[in-house]
Amino acid sequence: MAGFLARRLLNYLVLVAVAASLAYMLAASALDPRSNYADRTPKPPPAVVDAQLTELNLNDRTPLLQRYATWAGGVVQGDFGRTVTGSPVNEDLKRRMGVTFRLVLLGLICGSLLGVVVGAAAAVKQYGWFDRLSTGLSFLVLAMPVVVLANVLILLGTLANERLGHRLFLVSGEYSDGLDTGFWGSVGDRLRHLILPTISLSLGLIAIFSRYQRNTMLDVLGADFVRTAMAKGLSRSQALIHHALRTALIPVATYFAFTFGALLTGATFTEKIFGWHGLGEQLINSIFTNDVNTVAAIACIAAIAVLCASLAADLLHAALDPRVRAG
Amino acid sequence: MTLLTAHRAPSRLRVVAWRFFQSAQGRIGFAVLVLLFLLAFAGPGFSLWSYTDKDFTAFLSPPSAEHWFGTLQTGADVYAVTLRGMRKSLIVGLLAALVSTALAAVVGAFAGYFPGWPDRVLTWGTDLLLVLPAFLVLAVMSPLFGAGQWVLFVIMLALFLWMVTSKIVRGMTISLKQREFIQAARFMGVSPVRIIFRHIIPNLSSLLIVDATLNVSAAILTETSLSYFGFGIQPPDVSFGTLIADGSRTAIYAPWTFWFVAGLLVITVLAVNLIGDALRDAFDPASQRPR
Repeated sequence: MAGFLARRLLNYLVLVAVAASLAYMLAASALDPRSNYADRTPKPPPAVVDAQLTELNLNDRTPLLQRYATWAGGVVQGDFGRTVTGSPVNEDLKRRMGVTFRLVLLGLICGSLLGVVVGAAAAVKQYGWFDRLSTGLSFLVLAMPVVVLANVLILLGTLANERLGHRLFLVSGEYSDGLDTGFWGSVGDRLRHLILPTISLSLGLIAIFSRYQRNTMLDVLGADFVRTAMAKGLSRSQALIHHALRTALIPVATYFAFTFGALLTGATFTEKIFGWHGLGEQLINSIFTNDVNTVAAIACIAAIAVLCASLAADLLHAALDPRVRAG
Repeated sequence: MTLLTAHRAPSRLRVVAWRFFQSAQGRIGFAVLVLLFLLAFAGPGFSLWSYTDKDFTAFLSPPSAEHWFGTLQTGADVYAVTLRGMRKSLIVGLLAALVSTALAAVVGAFAGYFPGWPDRVLTWGTDLLLVLPAFLVLAVMSPLFGAGQWVLFVIMLALFLWMVTSKIVRGMTISLKQREFIQAARFMGVSPVRIIFRHIIPNLSSLLIVDATLNVSAAILTETSLSYFGFGIQPPDVSFGTLIADGSRTAIYAPWTFWFVAGLLVITVLAVNLIGDALRDAFDPASQRPR
């Protein structure tokens, strides 16, 4: 097991290194930081622009490989370089990672828990009204891209605010600036900001998780060990919860770990639309501002997140399923 | 002669088609998709306005007899623009799905058929693409998609859709390779490439057809998200994504600019998903539906 893990880890590290390097090369050759200076008034002299770009390691007159070597040298020491405005990328991203992490964790927990409950309930009464309803709704949600879902939620939120007469749902940002209502006031404010983005993240997850859980649960419900459990005297609900649900959770748990990694950048659209200053929003902004170092850093973080998640999924699978450990 | 045809076993295609149209999902999905295609390709002919026309007497006006879906801030007719965008999104979705499924089939089958270094190289490449954030690569490359270069966009979109299927194909190829009919072909001296294209990929056709269908909706959704942020289809071309982006800005006081296009998008993807689901059941001899 240890040898297998070590080999896996090494393979993952190489993959992250290659993916980050490719992302850097692509960003460095496709984005053009020089154009940021073109529409400044007064127009800075070319020599000054050159000097600044060189200082930020963004000068497109330096050979790509040389820039890459400088960048990679920094990254190995944990320094992702500077943004186009000259501030260090590390500090900016550290703050944003916290924002994204909070949003994703909450959305994922809501989404997966509700999804598992809905899926399990649907499977127990297959083709019952709840099964049909949840199937229909999840089909509808899966047909909606996040950009539509988020905008629909914003519209509904504004409508609800008008109806209620006061602003219950706040649709932009993480918290209101300059709020002076004490501790509980600011907690309430943050919660009101959280509702809509969390719903927008978790609805899609509920749809996916419930489909997934329903299918694995259906497989398990017909299995011999559930019949045995009932034959030895457990009630139907006990057998379902202790034996069927637990077994059916194994593939979902691995999927959970994997989704978490993918969501760290997958929340991009939600963050951008709801104005949360997280990693995803910065990814879109940095592409627009030709910020090569930030783009490369986020790509690197995303690759690490996906690989950590798949490693965690492997480990979780091994921990939950004795057959994997034996084999 | 009549006796012969009467006793011939029904072809697989017939069985699948029959099972497909037996299910309500399949019938509804298919009918809706046909209607949407008709609307996208024949619909603009019924309107007086083309998608480039601007009505300078009606800015942001609600739906009326003249403008069936109302007009945008620029005076463009929402009906004409929406159908134009739908046509582009449908074409992009279909093409991207075809390319990505073909890629998945070929790469997966080659990786599964040739163990050793070809397998290792292909699997590693697949993993690498899974790790690279697709959105980032597409967004960074977006300046290249401008001015009629949407075919490049389709290819790039397809490049990030095939990996998971390719892994499944690889696994199934490894087990297919042990089967007698493949062994027989190998011992008769049929070349490996021919075996892959004539025996292995046709045997995975059910998986691939279902996958291609579901990829259509995935491609449409990805295209919408990218175009929404200006990284996909570039103006003057329009697609669902660019229209939704424009509409969401005016949605609060001019609902018609948002809801028609958003609704059509959801219906399109829903229809494609229903077809994919019904196809999966139709191909699966073990599946049982109620009634």
